[in-house]
Formats: sequence, C-alpha cells, structure tokens
Amino acid sequence: MTATLPPETGAAGASAEPPLAASRPALAQDWRRLVRMGAVGAVAQVFIALSNMPVRLDERVIVKPVLSLGYLTLLIVPFAAGHRVGHQIKREGMPQHAAGAHEVAGGAACGAVAGGGLSLLAVLLANFDLREPLVNWSPMLAELLAFGNATRFAVVIWLLIGAAVGALGGGLRLLGPRTRRAVVTMALAVGGAAVLEPLVVDLAEGMRLEALTDRLYARRGGINWTSALGLAAGSGILAVLGRGRIQQARAHIAELEGAQRTRTNGLLILATAAVLIVLPLFAGKLTNELLANVGLFVLLALGLNVVVGLAGILDLGYVAFFAVGSYSAAVLTAATSPRINPELPWLVALIVVVIITGLVGLFIGAPVIRMRGDYLAIVTLGFGEIIRLIFLSDWLSGWFGGSQGITKIPGAGIFGLTSVAGTDPRRVFYLVLAFCAIAIYVSWRLERSRLGRAWMAVREDETVAEAMGINTVNVKLLAFVVGAILGSFSGAIFANKVGSVFPSSFLILVSMVILVVVIFGGMGSIIGVIAGAALLIGVLGGPKQPGLLQEFSEFKLLIYGALLVWMMLARPEGLIPSARRTRELHQEEFLQDAWLRGEVDTDDGNGAEPEATERS
Amino acid sequence: MRQGWAPRRTGAPRTGVDQFLTVLRVFAVGLVLIGLAAFIAQEINTDNAFARWANPDATGLTGAQFRGLVVSGIAQGAMYGLIALGYSMVYGVLGFINFAHGEVFMMGAMTGMITSNKLADAGLWESNFIGSLIFIVIVSMIVCTLVAVIMERVAYRPLRGSPRLIPLITSIGVSFFIQNASIVLLGPAAKAYPDVPDWVKDKHTFIQIEGSRILVVVVAAVSMGVLWYLVEHTKGGKAMRAVAEDAEIAALMGINVNRTIVKVFAVGGAMAGLAGILWGILFRSVIHTTGFLPGIKAFSAAVVGGIGHLGGAMAGGLSIGVAESVGPLLILEPLGVSGVSQLRDAVAFAVLIGVLLLRPAGIFGERLPAEDRT
Repeated sequence: MTATLPPETGAAGASAEPPLAASRPALAQDWRRLVRMGAVGAVAQVFIALSNMPVRLDERVIVKPVLSLGYLTLLIVPFAAGHRVGHQIKREGMPQHAAGAHEVAGGAACGAVAGGGLSLLAVLLANFDLREPLVNWSPMLAELLAFGNATRFAVVIWLLIGAAVGALGGGLRLLGPRTRRAVVTMALAVGGAAVLEPLVVDLAEGMRLEALTDRLYARRGGINWTSALGLAAGSGILAVLGRGRIQQARAHIAELEGAQRTRTNGLLILATAAVLIVLPLFAGKLTNELLANVGLFVLLALGLNVVVGLAGILDLGYVAFFAVGSYSAAVLTAATSPRINPELPWLVALIVVVIITGLVGLFIGAPVIRMRGDYLAIVTLGFGEIIRLIFLSDWLSGWFGGSQGITKIPGAGIFGLTSVAGTDPRRVFYLVLAFCAIAIYVSWRLERSRLGRAWMAVREDETVAEAMGINTVNVKLLAFVVGAILGSFSGAIFANKVGSVFPSSFLILVSMVILVVVIFGGMGSIIGVIAGAALLIGVLGGPKQPGLLQEFSEFKLLIYGALLVWMMLARPEGLIPSARRTRELHQEEFLQDAWLRGEVDTDDGNGAEPEATERS
Repeated sequence: MRQGWAPRRTGAPRTGVDQFLTVLRVFAVGLVLIGLAAFIAQEINTDNAFARWANPDATGLTGAQFRGLVVSGIAQGAMYGLIALGYSMVYGVLGFINFAHGEVFMMGAMTGMITSNKLADAGLWESNFIGSLIFIVIVSMIVCTLVAVIMERVAYRPLRGSPRLIPLITSIGVSFFIQNASIVLLGPAAKAYPDVPDWVKDKHTFIQIEGSRILVVVVAAVSMGVLWYLVEHTKGGKAMRAVAEDAEIAALMGINVNRTIVKVFAVGGAMAGLAGILWGILFRSVIHTTGFLPGIKAFSAAVVGGIGHLGGAMAGGLSIGVAESVGPLLILEPLGVSGVSQLRDAVAFAVLIGVLLLRPAGIFGERLPAEDRT
C-alpha cells in the first residue's frame, strides 16, 4: 500500500555505503565523511552555544565540582560525532588492533573538528559584536567557553576537549559488549542520580534517610565527586554481576503460558500499583505535583494513543477535547461560571462532561473522517485552534469568560468523602492514578477486542480493511470518540486541580507535546506511551509544567522538536514499540529477511507475501 | 485510504455519517447565504426588516471601507499565494504536506528584518530604498532556499518511500524545531522592521491604495510570472513536471529525481523567502510564530486552487486572502456575532475546513503524484 518513490541509489545517505576495497584502510571517502560529520558537529556546537543552553544550564551541577549540565550539552556533540564516525569507518579486512586505532583516531579527528566550531566561536565572540540579532552573543558565553581565561586558551582547549571526547566516543565501540554495557550502566547511573536529585532528596526526607542523600549530593546540588565514583563503581559491578539476568528473567516470563502467565502479569501489575500507591506517602508536595502532572499527561497520551496509535488517524487537534473537557467541567462545577452554574458534584459533572466531549468528538470527527490522512491532520489542527479561539472570543465570553477564563473552580469531590484540589497534590495524584488505571484497562481491552483489531486493520490498509467487511468510517469515528472521552477525563481533572481555566492553557502546542510523547514512547504501545510521558514530562516538563530539569524549561520545546524528527528518522516505532507496529513500519526489511532465509513469513497471519507487496 | 475523500455520487446517502455531512454542508452554505443576504439587505436599507432580524446593531460598510478590505485581502492573498506555491509543488511531487514550509517563510521575514535593520544602521535603507529592498529580497531568498534544501536533505530524503504520515510528522517536528530555534537564538520578542519611506506607507493620492500593497501585488505577480516561465518553458521545469507526474518513469527517462526534488524545495523556499519580505513590508513586525498561521492559510490556498497547480495556488491565495479579510464582516457581523475581528483566524480555518468538506480537489483540480492518484 505504501508504494511511494523507490529509494534511489545513494538516496539512503549514510546507510547505503558503497563497498570499500578492504585492503585500503583509510580512504578519501572516509576522510570526506569524517570532515562532513565534524562540520555538522561544529554547526551543532555553535548552535547549542548560541542558544544559551550552556550558560543557563551551568547552574545545574551534575558532578560537583567537575561537570555541570551546561558543559555536558557542549560535550555531547563531539562524543556523538566521534561515536558515529567510529561506527562508519569500515573495519572489514583490517586486523583488529588497526581497526581500533582507526576508530579512536577517526573519532578524535571528528571531535576536534566539532570542537573547532567552538574555538571559532570564541574568536568571533572576542572580536565582533553580533548582539543585535543574536540575543545570546554575550561576554558570559565567551567567559564560559574560555573557562575564565584568555580567548587563546578557549581556542586550544576546545580543540583538545573535542578530540578527547571524540576519541572516547569512537573508542566506546572497541570495548567488548560486556564492558560497554557496564560503562553505559555507570554513565546512566550517575546521570540518572543527578537528574533525579530533587526527587530522591524529597523521598529521602519523607523516609528519614537524609543522612544518605547528604552524603550523595553536595549542598548546592550535584553529586559529590567521591559519591559519583562510588556510584559508578557500584553500578558497574552490579552490571557485570547482573549481566544477562534481566534478559533471562524476561525470556523466562515470555515463555510462560496460560494461567502461569496471567499470574505473573498480575503480580507485576500489583507490585507496580503498590509502589505507586505507597510512594506518594513519603513524597513531599513537589514530587507529588510532578507525579500528578505526569499522570495527567499519561492520561492524555493514552487517549491520543487510541486515535494515532491504534487507528492510525493523525489528530493534531487533540487539545480540543482536553479544552472541551476542562471548560465543561468548569462550567458545571464552578459557582462563578458566567452564564449557567449548576454547581454539580464533580462525579455527576464528569458524566455530563463525558457525554458533551463525546458529542464534540462525533461532531468534529464526522466531517473529517472521510478525508485523506494528511488533510485530516491539518483539519483537526484547525478545529483545535477554532475551539480555543471560540473560548477566547468576546462572542461567547458570556458563557466562558473570554480571556478572563473561569476561576475559583472547586476541587473534585468524590462521593462527598473527600475533595481533591490542587492544594493537595497527593490526592490529585491518586485521582489521576485511578483514571490512568481505567484508561490503561480500557486501552488494553480495546486493543484486544474486535474493534481494536478493526482499528489496526484500518491503520495498516484501509482499502483492504474495507474489503474485509469493516465499516471503516464508523470504526474510525469510534476511535475519535473514544480518544475524545479519554481526553475529557484529564480535562475535567485538570480544571478542578488547577482551579481555573484559561484559553491560553489549550494552545495547539499541547497537542504537539502529547503527540511527541506518544511517538517517542511508541505508537500503539501502552507501556511505551506511559514510559514516554514519564521520561519527557517528568524530566523535561510539559508545555507549562516544570519537570525535574527545571533549567531546561526554555529549551524543552526545542528538544521536543528535534526529538520528533530524530525519532522519525531513527526509530519510527518509538522507544518501547508494539510488536505489530514495528512489523508494519519495517515490513520490507522483515520480508527481505524472510526471503533471505528462504522462507516466506506468513505463520502469524499478518505478514503478506512478498509478491503482493512488490506489486502494490 | 487511497481514493481519499470520495463523495458518493450514486443513490441516496448510505451511512449516518453521509447524512450528517450533507446536513453540515447545507447548514454551512445556508449560513453563508443568509449572512450574505442580510449584508446586502442592510446595505440597501439599514432599517430593512430582514437585516434587523439578523442583527439589530449592524452598521454595514461604506464603499471605501469595503474597497479597503478587498485591497488588503488581495495584498495578503498574493503573499499567501507565494507561500502556497511551496506547499503545492512539494505535495505535487512527493505527496506529503511540508508542514515546516511556514517556518521557512518566517525565516525569510526574520532574515529580512535582520538585514534591513543592519542596512538602516548603515544609512542605506533611507538613501536607497529600492536598492536595499532588492538586496534584502536576494539575501532572504538565498537563506530560505538553503533552509529548505537542508531540510529536505536532513529530514525528508531518508524518509522517502515510508508511509505518508511519517514525513508529515517529521515536518511537524522540523517546524517545531525551527520555531523554537528562532526563540532561543533571536529571542522571544516581536522584532520591528525599520521605517519605510512615505510613498510606501501612505495611500496613493490617485488610486487611494497604500504603496506597500501595490508593491506586494506587483512583486508577487512578477515572481509568479517568472516561476511560471521556469516551470513551463525550461528543461528543469519540464523535469519537475515529469517527476510530479510519475517519479519512477521520470527516472527511467534519465531525469535525476533527487536533484529535481531538491530544485522543487529550492524554488519553494525562494518563493517563501520573497513572501517573508512582503510580510515585513506589509506588517513591519515579525515574531517566531509569524510562520504558523500564514503557513496554514497558504496550505488552504494550495488546496483551494488544487494541489500541484501553480496558477491555482495563486488564485487560491487571493481568494483565501479576500475571504478572510471580507468574510467576517460580510457574513458573521450581519448574523449578529460580536467581536468578529477576533474570529478572523477562526474564519480562515473554517474556510479551510469548508473547502476540504465541499471541494477537496480544489477549483482547478488536483495534480497528484501517480501513486496518490486514484
């Protein structure tokens, strides 16, 4: 079905390498590739430096007093460039040690070129004043680049740093898989501990373990360098000892069948639930707030996952349902809403909200559902923006308060027992958790239902699905409505949590962020979507919500954009992909593999015959 | 779905969705007609019973106001048309919406702002306005061409041949990235163009139209003519049309498909750069979100004119421009909607939705790549 342009020769860029003569290790081609990668790295370096990331993030210390997040942003590029070049330099036919030297040298050269970008920038900073268009062209940046010394120092030091880090990146590949895993685990442990610092400190206070965190972290943030070494050593040892254990356990679980499998799954779910229920008791306000925000986005992402992931409808205006849910909850529960204020109890209001949002979903969905996928995306974007503009307009300000919004919304009351308001994030989190559980259960059941299979059939090939007797229009419309209803849950919680709704909370931006979360996590994969929300929203933050790395708030949208592109290029199936979706996206590779093995993969009833795909 | 949105021509509406769509279409057309009728009624006589019924407070428009709206609509529409060319050509060749094209336009406006301010500092902007204008147009076209070509190379070329939504999502990411890159590099505040000479700012004494609008329309018309010549009468243009028609066959005929696609992006980028300068002259202010709405509107314009159709893009741009400038006052105000100017953008989106609902193939019909055509 997806017979667009056939890949031209050389069109695939780096992946389609022409065969090299094995006897000539260093070729002009390698050099060209090396310089090109270095130049890209240099541009990236200069961009990062001028985006003010290093200066702004310098305050966040990772390992005290060696490394701050600001410098880390500058080190990551030569490392990646060196790693990439090391990967691309052919080692076929070379003796092992020669290949190793090549990778390290290549990485170093590439990193030096990338670091050279910063050297050049330091010189330019000293001699020109480009403050007019570039707001971050500041003496602060120059000082940071030169570590407080003269410009000459900056030039030399960045060439050296680039070369060193690039060599590290290139050399990483030389390590055996076991050592490499240990190294990566160590880096992840230190980085993770640094990123999670606020969370860990908060939890430790709740559990009366301050002594531990006092030792681990320095007073003004960042890990003590001694503790960092200890942490790295510990995690390295654990990685070496525990090597393969996790895989074994996973393989073991995958082999289980029937009742045993159900029981294991149930146990896993119970354990996760227990942790999530107990954890907030020990956590302070900030952590709970963070958890509640993440939960809210999990809920939103699960809703969008039904639409985008399962049914394959790219809905760019998903925020519309969030907005409608929030506004209708606000109008129904707040005493201050301008026109009608029935002041319903929250749970009763929720039922009405669900009905209203479902109807809106039907109303928006019906006209767009027949359109081509890409037209549909743009039109839903239009609807998302129209809904916001309507809430904003003077025309209906008698109903929704215009730009003033609706304020003083009471907390969400549950059966008159408790009231959940934003002032008590722990209760909010429990509420969100409950709804997340519902949403997860619903998505999980739906995915395995007749309707879910119909959605996936439509996603794969609409014409074939129709030929199989699926009423594609109704099925897609249902996906739209289910997504809308799931979105309205988070809308209703959001309104009563924050206590006020304004049109500015429902920018198209929110849709985009949810889309990034879904795509990053893995379209159509429930666990993936949850992990995506936890990682992105928890660490970097939502459109308005701060994450663990609060310093990143200026840059998170930039990172989201880059992440979206990178995911699409490198791993379109997402972080934790659903097996079926991966097959769809890499259909040709799978078929090729099957063909090479001399078998045609049709045993799962999903793979098509290669002849069929060639023809389409 | 390959056949896209296909209205059923035979027999009665089959499903509930079809019936709903019919009702919606009738409703939309009816609303527009009633609004128009009320507008005409109140233009004839303000105390007309029909006009009073529709909106008791309606004031109507004077002839001069109406003409002013139409002229500003045409000027903006010409700009939309130039942006729409990029959408239309890329869609015609590759079959996906390059969502980031609006950002290329924004980059053009930004480049123009930076260059013109530098020129103004040097005193050249005042002393030689036309010369500096030509200079900033050239700079902006070069920058935008580069941006578009790099975008194609980095983000879209590796994705050729993947399912159609994948490049669309990528282009959303690119758009997001460029917008936020503009924030972090150039700051989040709105930035102003330097002051323009009086003959551009003021209304012309003879025809009562601002010089800037005449300038925009003339520039757009000239560049449209040049582009038309390039595409219809040069070898490269022929290659573009051939690739749009069927890339595989074109490759067999010895056309370098990759290079042709790069050319398409380059031409689209150059036109967007030009449009960015026109935006600067019309509004004299630019911000990182400048590209979003004009981008969406230009895409609507491309659809209205029929995707893959050069003249259609221009015609579509003009009609969208006029519709968004006159529409709210012509149709919504007589219907009693207050604060219509706030709903201007909503009207632009409504036009897009309406077009896709009523006539997704556009006025002149689509020209799609072979595999998207059915």
